[in-house]
Amino acid sequence: MAQDDKDGIDRRGALECMIWAGTGVLWTLSGGVPKSALIGSAHAAQSGFSFLQISDSHVGFDKPANPNALGTLNEAIDKILAMPAGPAFMIHTGDISHLSKPKQFDDADQAIARAKLDVHYVPGEHDVIDENNGKAYLERYGKNAKGAGWYAFDQAGVHFIGLVNVVNLKAGGMGNLGDEQLAWLADDLKDKSASTPIVVFAHIPLWTIAPEWGWGTEDSAKALALLSRFGSVTVLNGHIHQLMQKVEGAVSFYTARSTAFPQPAPGTAPAPGPMLVPAGDLRKYLGVRAVAFHQGAEPLAVTDAALAQ
Amino acid sequence: MRVLARPPFFKRFAGVALIVAALLAVAIGSAFADEAKVAIDNFTFVPDTITVKPGTTVTFENRDDIPHLIVDTAGKFRSKALDTNDTFSVKFDAPGEFSYFCALHPHMTGKVIVAP
Repeated sequence: MAQDDKDGIDRRGALECMIWAGTGVLWTLSGGVPKSALIGSAHAAQSGFSFLQISDSHVGFDKPANPNALGTLNEAIDKILAMPAGPAFMIHTGDISHLSKPKQFDDADQAIARAKLDVHYVPGEHDVIDENNGKAYLERYGKNAKGAGWYAFDQAGVHFIGLVNVVNLKAGGMGNLGDEQLAWLADDLKDKSASTPIVVFAHIPLWTIAPEWGWGTEDSAKALALLSRFGSVTVLNGHIHQLMQKVEGAVSFYTARSTAFPQPAPGTAPAPGPMLVPAGDLRKYLGVRAVAFHQGAEPLAVTDAALAQ
Repeated sequence: MRVLARPPFFKRFAGVALIVAALLAVAIGSAFADEAKVAIDNFTFVPDTITVKPGTTVTFENRDDIPHLIVDTAGKFRSKALDTNDTFSVKFDAPGEFSYFCALHPHMTGKVIVAP
């Protein structure tokens, strides 16, 4: 772990939990080693702020793995509305739509608006396949963004960075950030102190999970080098429609569930497409995520909740 | 292919008729031979390399339940987003090698070789 004034790992360790009706998976760091634990019912949310992550809503998808992706997105929003503690905002890590069609974006927007939260988006590869190669996404979600839709914002001393790694993909490759975005990132970070907590969100994972399936980002090492001096970096990704987690020094990476359909674990199927599960089990594979930050040098607490147990 | 019979009592025109028949047969034969198909199955182009003659139209068909988008690496052709059962056709007039990939899943690659 980076040595700085933020050494909160081996204190008595206030666990930041969300009030949750039902079981969730809480990821914490203890001595630099990730642990997951099922959390039962309510923990009182501590002061500080929290936010949500949803991902891969694929509105418009209607194949056997889930004939109603819009329906399960609405169920995810219902679950969010049932949470008693108010998150500050929501992040959507992309693949909002399935085919970048206007009606799909409209339907997604309408469902997500029910949560009555500010939403910060980054595109997935399914969001930039309109006939104008990503302009449809930018017109809706890219008002304050640069390039293909990257940007940063601050909340209560935490610096949030939305990156785009789904455009200008090269044959045979994985995700791609590109030099223009990396230059912007270097500039964005240069005046920040190393004790600023950083949250990076992007669609495709920023660590290599399965290169034969494109599950990784070709030039993520360059981004991670820029982030290496910071004491607390949390990376939130989507794309793979399942939970995975990795810790590397001060950087914790988390991929999220989809609200639409699951995908197989690497090496367990010939291709990374939609995974058919028994209809009664689908909602165990879909979910939303809450992330809590407490000022005072604690790592962020990430809690995943499936739509059903 | 249609087979044209030469009526025996038009011997005077037999030579012309034979030439016309031959040309017609070649034309019809070409129309049936200048097409090739590439399927997309399980995130794979099948076959991932095909060799065709100049003038062939290659039709891609997406059989996956996830969309794909075909892009030539040299930028000469690009499909729309292809949902399940959608097709995309490209006519290859000039000889050469054309490498392509899926813009959504760039690890999917293929090649069309156009040779006389």
